[in-house]
Amino acid sequence: MKKTIITVVGKDTVGIIARVCTYLADNQINILDISQTIVQGFFNMMMIVDTNLTGKDFGVIVDELNALGEEIGVVIKCQKEEIFDQMHRV
Amino acid sequence: MINLFEVAETNEMIAKENLDVRTITLGISLLDCIDGDLKRVNDQVYEKITRTAKELVKTGEAIEKEFGIPIVNKRISVTPMALVGGAACKSSEDFATLACTMDRAAQAVGVNLIGGYSALVSKGMTKADELLIRSIPQALHATERVCSSVNLGSTKTGINMDAVRLMGDIIKETALISKEQDSADCMKLVVFCNAPDDNPFMAGAFHGVTEADAVINVGVSGPGVVKTALQRVRGENFEVLCETIKKTAFKVTRVGQLVAQEASRMLRIPFGIVDLSLAPTPAIGDSVADILCEIGLEYAGAPGTTAALALLNDQVKKGGVMASSYVGGLSGAFIPVSEDQGMIDAVTAGALTIEKLEAMTCVCSVGLDMLAIPGDTPNTTIAGIIADEMAIGMVNQKTTAVRIIPAIGKGIGEKVEFGGLFGYAPVMPVNGFSCEAFVNRGGRIPAPIHSFKN
Repeated sequence: MKKTIITVVGKDTVGIIARVCTYLADNQINILDISQTIVQGFFNMMMIVDTNLTGKDFGVIVDELNALGEEIGVVIKCQKEEIFDQMHRV
Repeated sequence: MINLFEVAETNEMIAKENLDVRTITLGISLLDCIDGDLKRVNDQVYEKITRTAKELVKTGEAIEKEFGIPIVNKRISVTPMALVGGAACKSSEDFATLACTMDRAAQAVGVNLIGGYSALVSKGMTKADELLIRSIPQALHATERVCSSVNLGSTKTGINMDAVRLMGDIIKETALISKEQDSADCMKLVVFCNAPDDNPFMAGAFHGVTEADAVINVGVSGPGVVKTALQRVRGENFEVLCETIKKTAFKVTRVGQLVAQEASRMLRIPFGIVDLSLAPTPAIGDSVADILCEIGLEYAGAPGTTAALALLNDQVKKGGVMASSYVGGLSGAFIPVSEDQGMIDAVTAGALTIEKLEAMTCVCSVGLDMLAIPGDTPNTTIAGIIADEMAIGMVNQKTTAVRIIPAIGKGIGEKVEFGGLFGYAPVMPVNGFSCEAFVNRGGRIPAPIHSFKN
């Protein structure tokens, strides 16, 4: 199974996780793992998700999550896991 | 499993340190387009390029989205045109029509540059080679996207001094014809010694005759990433310095390898090589000269620069080689003047001269790149500068190149503006003593003794 990494970075506010998770649920994207911290008031979250069941193109999900991030006031990135695997694992 | 820290590090590199894939270059062989009839050659060249590269830009954009990594350029390189047009072209004007066809094809598929308006004349020139070379000023001026390169020498063959002399004239003529645009056509023209067949970087990219029908080559970048990594080890010894560069180069190159494999898979075109070169841009923080400063120099060009660059180049290769299954192209650190803000600053401060740049080219890829000289520099002096650089390549068994801009109507200290990724360059002083009698001798310089290895 190819996994996807979603990162959310920005100023902490109420409901960030809720909004992101609602979007993922609406689009049949399954969350496999979440880690999250607050550093100096900044919200920092990484999710590992499975996009195999969604009917949408990967590019569309990237754009929609970007737009959602702008709405909430955070930066949301959605990238295939390989780029991190390749860079950090020999 | 990947952790939050690793993900943040990668995204920081992309967002703040200008990590990108500099180019996906699709090499296309045009050998099957050769024909005795000029119109047919033109038609076949257009058809082959547009058919093979139809999905290139779209694929590049899809990969950018998938991995969240910018791919700055999507480009095409083709078989040297002197070979493709040799049978059909009876004049320089005939060759120029092929340049226009390349330009149209590049525009049709949406790439910003296409390389391969080239001739390989390291030992001698055929009639077709000479016609193509003489058509370069006209061809570059009539087109927007076409890049031209000429291989003038190699370790195995020596240096073709007739061609070196001719290129002195051609570079000047190219500058003159585009003098209204700050002689900008010259930035699309480069001469080589030991030109590689699989270089993805412009202006010197062409698809060598040893290559397959089509191939994907990728050039990575990341001077900003290396510089930031070195900031964290200020004051540490050379061992720590070298290890840091190596590890960083590994990470950067892995991204190139991933993108190359993905592009190859999506386009169903074989993966050729990843070029490890550290390629700067005029953007602040995306500078090779800044890395040299971070290593401990006040400016690029200060004593110690050649040693620092040698170390940097070697560590980049050591880290990169393990990160990619096939490494090729130029693979080193680029030191263009106009495309690197740190180099521009060094020239302006008086720290960096052409002679020091020449020394630096002995230890890195590629050569005297994107530097402006006074417009009244004699053609023979330009040929002399080229000959020096070719000799460095020939004797050291490495690629060297010259991409020089005689700034017509401008003198030392004035600026030439190229715009975008090409940046701007201050006009540098050239040694005023003559080499006319030397370059006018004619013939070629024999191959060096250490090339006889059989």
